[in-house]
Amino acid sequence: MSELVSRGRFGRFGGRYVPETLMPALDELEEAYEEARSDPAYHEELAYYLREFVGRPTPLYLAERLSDHLGVLRVYLKREDLCHTGAHKINNTLAQVLLARRLGKTRIIAETGAGQHGVATATAAALFGLDCDVYMGEEDIGRQSLNVFRMRLLGARVIPVTSGSKTLKDATNETLRDWTASVRTTHYIIGSVVGPHPFPEMIRDCQSVIGREAREQILGAEGRLPDACVACVGGGSNSIGLFHPFVDDEDVELIGVEAGGRGLDTEEHGASLTAGRVGVLHGCETFLLYDDDGQIIPAHSVSAGLDYPGVGPEHSHLKDTGRARYVTVEDHDALKAFQQLSVLEGIIPAFESAHAISYLDRLAEETREAGEMKTVVLCLSGRGDKDVHQAEGLLTEMLDDEDVR
Amino acid sequence: MGGRLEACFNRLRTEGRAGLFPFVTAGDPDLGFTRELLPLMTEAGADGFEIGVPFSDPLADGPTIQRSSMRSLAGGTRLNGVLEMVGEVRADIPDTPLVLMTYYNPIIAMGLAEFVRGAAQVGADAVIVPDLPPEEANAIVEIMHDYPLVPVFMLAPTSTQERIELVNDVGGGFIYYVGQMGVTGARDALDSDLGATLTRINRVKNRPVLVGFGIKTPEQAAEVAGHADGVIVGSALIDVMEAEASREDKMRAACDYIASLREGLDRSKTVS
Repeated sequence: MSELVSRGRFGRFGGRYVPETLMPALDELEEAYEEARSDPAYHEELAYYLREFVGRPTPLYLAERLSDHLGVLRVYLKREDLCHTGAHKINNTLAQVLLARRLGKTRIIAETGAGQHGVATATAAALFGLDCDVYMGEEDIGRQSLNVFRMRLLGARVIPVTSGSKTLKDATNETLRDWTASVRTTHYIIGSVVGPHPFPEMIRDCQSVIGREAREQILGAEGRLPDACVACVGGGSNSIGLFHPFVDDEDVELIGVEAGGRGLDTEEHGASLTAGRVGVLHGCETFLLYDDDGQIIPAHSVSAGLDYPGVGPEHSHLKDTGRARYVTVEDHDALKAFQQLSVLEGIIPAFESAHAISYLDRLAEETREAGEMKTVVLCLSGRGDKDVHQAEGLLTEMLDDEDVR
Repeated sequence: MGGRLEACFNRLRTEGRAGLFPFVTAGDPDLGFTRELLPLMTEAGADGFEIGVPFSDPLADGPTIQRSSMRSLAGGTRLNGVLEMVGEVRADIPDTPLVLMTYYNPIIAMGLAEFVRGAAQVGADAVIVPDLPPEEANAIVEIMHDYPLVPVFMLAPTSTQERIELVNDVGGGFIYYVGQMGVTGARDALDSDLGATLTRINRVKNRPVLVGFGIKTPEQAAEVAGHADGVIVGSALIDVMEAEASREDKMRAACDYIASLREGLDRSKTVS
């Protein structure tokens, strides 16, 4: 019997704000997920593909030159950039494709911003021979043409989205519209810990493999837990994946880094937790960027993956309770960090992850002022190959002017 | 409570006619236009209206209503202004049910209590929030109890028996049946399961059922009305207006179209 109770809440956030057409599908998905979650065969299958196909566990790498540069921080990078397809997104898409198969769905749809989730979805769909359509904002298609081609190469259809701001939020609208029409045959793989219940919880579980591995690895390497976990937050999937297994370890500080874009004093940023207010978008109640009339304000970030005006409801809860703190890094500083990590460690990070890297400068300063030393686990959520072309234009000038070595 | 809606449905039942409820986006192209259009469409045969509040991210709507919402927002339409307009038009059509349709975030931004009070004050009769299923609606429904404003919930082709009973229990005014899978938009053919699902709903319903999503021609309207208490026509009406350039032509085309739907509906109900 349906009860009149909101399901899937993280404190006062989350829920299921969707058109009636989707409600039965969400019930069905929730049930299938509960079943899968308690089925050892599902976990065995998932573990097999994560190991043999994705290449897990990913290393927890001590970034020595970066640590030396920062002085007071001992920085471990959780190398999600080494996952097959180049980012953490595959942890989720693989698990969900397995779920779609259990549900008997033959078609997969997804939205994508930077294209990483689209590529990861197309990859998982190809692995099991499922039809795959990916919605992508026209603006992002321009910024990430290489990923568009990769998706096509993997057999997916990329559908350009021309409505609204033509970015991730509009691609999400369009995918939800498709799903409302196709839900009987189609599974929607949302790319982040957003959307209606059970998506935020389910995707968090899929991504928590990041934090579970990192926790074990840091205990192995240091014999103790880190002082802080740092990760970038757009929708918030790599960060919640890292944070979740540490939430009960109260001495571990959790720091999420949002896109400061061109600055919080402009409207051009993606900092929904830092500068937004509570509202409802894409099926959940969470911190959002909107104006006095409730109209959503398009986000901005140099990184397409952080260019989203909302955030996962679980992050809203972590902010609300004070368990995690959220900071911002602006475009310019993220670009500097993009270059810095390349030079210091031989690792070209995704623009998204570069936001987290950049924040280390401030964390180091704080730590130095307090006369402390800190061990930090940072989620390097993706590799920067996809951003190299865009960076070439943005950084050439900076490289001529500055020397960060 | 819900006086105008109830009176309207009683009259329709007595006359053996199906209800015709056009949907318009408030403020497309401006609020003055909407203000003028509603009384004209009433004369052309509309029984009540759904007045859409434009939203930046209308995820239950197809391209036509998306475009319409964007035009309205570009023209500066705000929820406050929509309510004011409703208050003004209420004077001209004192007995016509007016149903506000808005996504949830504009309501949150205004404040739930302020929205409900404002909507009731200007003479709206009901509110439909497409992204607010009954499970999430407790807070606003509770506030509505103190006002002559009722929440209308939707059912869809995917709705289970349980959900049909749930919506029938908690909703007010009428049941909005989403006549097809997917988003709003005029379609050339109706969902083939429409009759069967409506039969399931009709078996348990204790309030009228209006069918929306996808209805375009007078023949389709008539066919749907064979299974329901009335129809809601939105995208097709907006398409008709979009095709015209001047305000006068838009209004004339809208009224002609509404009159043709009225005729189709009345013919079918008289025949059966």
